[in-house]
Amino acid sequence: MNRSAPIFSPARIWAMALNTLTELTRLKIFYFLLLFALLTIGSSFFTADLKTDEQFQLLKDVSLGSMSIFTSLIAILATALLLPKDLEDRTTFTILAKPVPRYEYLAGKLLGILLLLALATVVMTVLFLGVLWLRQQSVISLSKANLQGEDLAGEIAAIHAATFNANLAPGIAIIFVKSALLASLTLMISTFATTSIFTMMMSIAVYFIGHLQATAREYWLDSVGVQWWTKPVLAGVALLFPDLQAFSLTDDVVAGIPIHASLFTQTAALGLLYIGVYYLLSCFFFSNREL
Amino acid sequence: MKRAVIAVVLLLLFGAARLPYEIHLQKLQHQAGFNSTSLDLPLRQQLGQMSFVAALSGFRSLVAAILYIDAYDTWQKLEWGRLAGLLQTVTTLQPKSIVYWDMAAWHMAWNASIAALENKAQPSKILREREQRKYWELGKKFYEDGLRNNPDSAELWKNLAVLERDKFEDHAAAAKAFETSSTKPNAYPYVRRFAVYELAKIPGREHEAYDRLKALYAEGRSERSPTLIHLLKQLEEKLGIPADQRIKETNAH
Repeated sequence: MNRSAPIFSPARIWAMALNTLTELTRLKIFYFLLLFALLTIGSSFFTADLKTDEQFQLLKDVSLGSMSIFTSLIAILATALLLPKDLEDRTTFTILAKPVPRYEYLAGKLLGILLLLALATVVMTVLFLGVLWLRQQSVISLSKANLQGEDLAGEIAAIHAATFNANLAPGIAIIFVKSALLASLTLMISTFATTSIFTMMMSIAVYFIGHLQATAREYWLDSVGVQWWTKPVLAGVALLFPDLQAFSLTDDVVAGIPIHASLFTQTAALGLLYIGVYYLLSCFFFSNREL
Repeated sequence: MKRAVIAVVLLLLFGAARLPYEIHLQKLQHQAGFNSTSLDLPLRQQLGQMSFVAALSGFRSLVAAILYIDAYDTWQKLEWGRLAGLLQTVTTLQPKSIVYWDMAAWHMAWNASIAALENKAQPSKILREREQRKYWELGKKFYEDGLRNNPDSAELWKNLAVLERDKFEDHAAAAKAFETSSTKPNAYPYVRRFAVYELAKIPGREHEAYDRLKALYAEGRSERSPTLIHLLKQLEEKLGIPADQRIKETNAH
């Protein structure tokens, strides 16, 4: 390695991140967004016969649920392809032959995938809010045609309350944090995995187990009705796997439960901690890997 | 191999380090009303394997939405038993969603109960009425369970009151539920009046009802609805209120 090169170069990381984003865009990852659009717009039309409250509830349930599925899928599938593809194309050798440390290479890859996830989240959010706004306007104009005076004012206030609320923004931000965590976790697995299929399968397994981690932790710590030999297993699940249930807040956000600033900050902080630690472990695994 | 062992040890250390924070965060989330749904064995039996796994994997609201759409379809086919089961599952999955509780109660207490009463396949009127009452009770149970999960919902309290008034004709329970609704955030302004209307129908509480109707009347024109004036005049007659203390308004009914 060239001794005059800086140990850590944000410019190099940024360049690799943009390159990763371009690569992923070429992989047609954004086709997922078409599916999301179909689901959101489709559910909006399908529920048009229902009562106003039901329409908005279902639209939010379907859209935020789909957003969570698609960002998680993009995070796992796109990240699992990154390193094997670079190895196959021999891009890794070209990059690492230059004065680029391995931890910078991984940071560039991770930042690239986070950019992709941010972009996907923004596009899905704009689409969801657009469809919600259109439905809201259509319901308001219907109310204006049928009601007047105090009744109309009350109805419009109820429609506004049922559609947009400040909660949606932190709810969507937590969806992004969860997907970023999954990307970081998948990157860590891919640093020691030999095939992208293995990485995907492992990440999906961790995804499911991660949602049960909180339950395992409770059983382990409460110990009520737990056999002595299951305790180490529960402890292993609680300590080795991430608590993904902590990031599943949208189910309750759509029901109208507010996310307070302190709760949002603490949840996001846990997500950032996971991302940081998984990145460091990725560097640890990748530092001595035979390429 | 050595690196793998080191990695597992590092992960375990990280797990131990974050454990107190995760416990604290979980407590905080539960207190705020997040992730408090119990996904237990009975729910698994209701949902089926795939939906249960999806609900466990952070897609609870999505599974609830899909089942609700299925429930809507079931309602159109008039399959009341299946509809009740689906709505039970939807409300278990999304217990904080007022809309689901409200619609579940409405389907049972209004739609299913009328269908039971008009069921041509059942010749016995007594059995039809018994079935009708069963659906009223089921509707009431949805409201009560919904309120256990959302005690501050003015909408659910109000609709429970309407059920008590229109189906069970229990004016005391209706008055109490309207009264509770009026104290909750975002309550409709008229529920306060409705509580007193119901009070006026309870034998033995006429004096209390009269005083409260009079107090509402004194608040000004916005509270002087035709029903309020009608009830006030009725009670003035019934209680023998002296002419000089009676309201001047003509009976609107």
